[in-house]
Amino acid sequence: MREAAARTEVEDAASIAAAAVPALLEAQGLRLEIGGKRLIDGIDIRIGQGRKTMIMGANGAGKSLLLRLLHGLIVPTAGRMTWRGGPLDKSARRAQAMVFQRPVMLRRSVLANLAFALKVRGLRGPAREARIAEALDKAQLGDLARSPARVLSGGEQQRLALARALACDPELLFLDEPTASLDPASTQAIESLIADASRRGVTVVMVSHDLGQARRLADDIVFLQAGRVAESGPASRVLCSPRSEAAGAWLEGRLFLDGQGAQG
Amino acid sequence: MQTFASVLGDAVALILSGDADLMEIIALSLRVTITAVIAACLIGLPLGAVVGAFRFPGRTLATVLLNSLMGLPPVVVGLVVYLALSASGPLGPLGLLYTPTAMVIAQTILVTPIVAALTRQVIEDLDREYSEQFRSLGVGPLTRIGALLWDARYSLLTVALAGFGRAVAEVGAVIIVGGNINHVTRVMTTTIALETSKGNLELALALGVVLLVIAVLVNAAVMGLRASAARAAYA
Repeated sequence: MREAAARTEVEDAASIAAAAVPALLEAQGLRLEIGGKRLIDGIDIRIGQGRKTMIMGANGAGKSLLLRLLHGLIVPTAGRMTWRGGPLDKSARRAQAMVFQRPVMLRRSVLANLAFALKVRGLRGPAREARIAEALDKAQLGDLARSPARVLSGGEQQRLALARALACDPELLFLDEPTASLDPASTQAIESLIADASRRGVTVVMVSHDLGQARRLADDIVFLQAGRVAESGPASRVLCSPRSEAAGAWLEGRLFLDGQGAQG
Repeated sequence: MQTFASVLGDAVALILSGDADLMEIIALSLRVTITAVIAACLIGLPLGAVVGAFRFPGRTLATVLLNSLMGLPPVVVGLVVYLALSASGPLGPLGLLYTPTAMVIAQTILVTPIVAALTRQVIEDLDREYSEQFRSLGVGPLTRIGALLWDARYSLLTVALAGFGRAVAEVGAVIIVGGNINHVTRVMTTTIALETSKGNLELALALGVVLLVIAVLVNAAVMGLRASAARAAYA
């Protein structure tokens, strides 16, 4: 009884701390309809500055779609988004970066992949060279700098994709299941890069299915079901004592597919 | 009646002798063809890339048009270029009719749709792969086209090769606008047609052999380059 009360107090404190952080990106009434089907249904979400928010949910819940909507890769059918409380303009978009589940590698060397991204972001000359060297060093890809990016292993390609995104110096980093199908060592390397970026103040929004990863990385969790937010809040609270049935069922391994709970 | 073997033997001897007329014809053929392919690539590559990478009203129509123009009848192109360059035509004052330049223009018109249509397909496929990453990075339209063309460079070599094949084997259009004038506009294909009609089969066959050898060498070079690029995962 005393333990439960103490846990509630900690959870409440975490909720208050999360709410106190100013919002970097905020979306209200986000909706996406394709072919008459409502895939994202009136989502309100608040991404706190400097926080690591993890979007979780079963397959088909709309996690990757939500990430793409937030990053502006898909235009919503309805809804409103703000950046630091103001309009989400071009400069706000350039303060964001995204890493995809299957890393997109240009048909160039590791070095040229980094150089291209930085050139697009307007970095030239020695400043660019220095940023590339730093990115290669952090991602431990220095020895592979001259290798074609497409011959790297899956883990190395994902490290390069993450290094490329971070080299652009984003304020907000979107990650769509960056460790899916990677071995534990590669997963650890990616998580270490994410944690390092977070320590430097980068806000992270990440889609993941991995509960262990959520426990290791997430500050906040947004749990989706059928294109709606079933539950959101500090990770410590959502993971330990979920309030929604969907999140509870999923955490207990009873929610296999979107909206389908196991019998019994 | 000469046997095929004896004619072929005479043709090979003619090639090996380094006959000046033969060399002049081969050189002009290559000059006209390569110039036309370069011009067609300069127009067709960016045109195909724009149609392949961007969504705009009329894009489907542009695609249908490019694909249809791949099968342009050479004699019709020859006739149109002839009318444009003839003394009474809009470009008559330039005095280009019956010059190698007229032949380059005709070949460029024939090859450009081939290069553009094939480029569109290559770039559309690559853009499908790169699209989200480019939008995430905030890549502008010019950089996007440049990056797509550069990353598809090995596939586009095959596209240029298809254009080269069409241009080097072309007869109908170049004979109309070039006139097949000895030492001025006589190229391999027009010479083969002329010498065959005259019964001078050695020269015709010698040129045929050279045409085949050029086609095989160019194909082999491009395929070799593509294979090594694929091994290095750049293709």
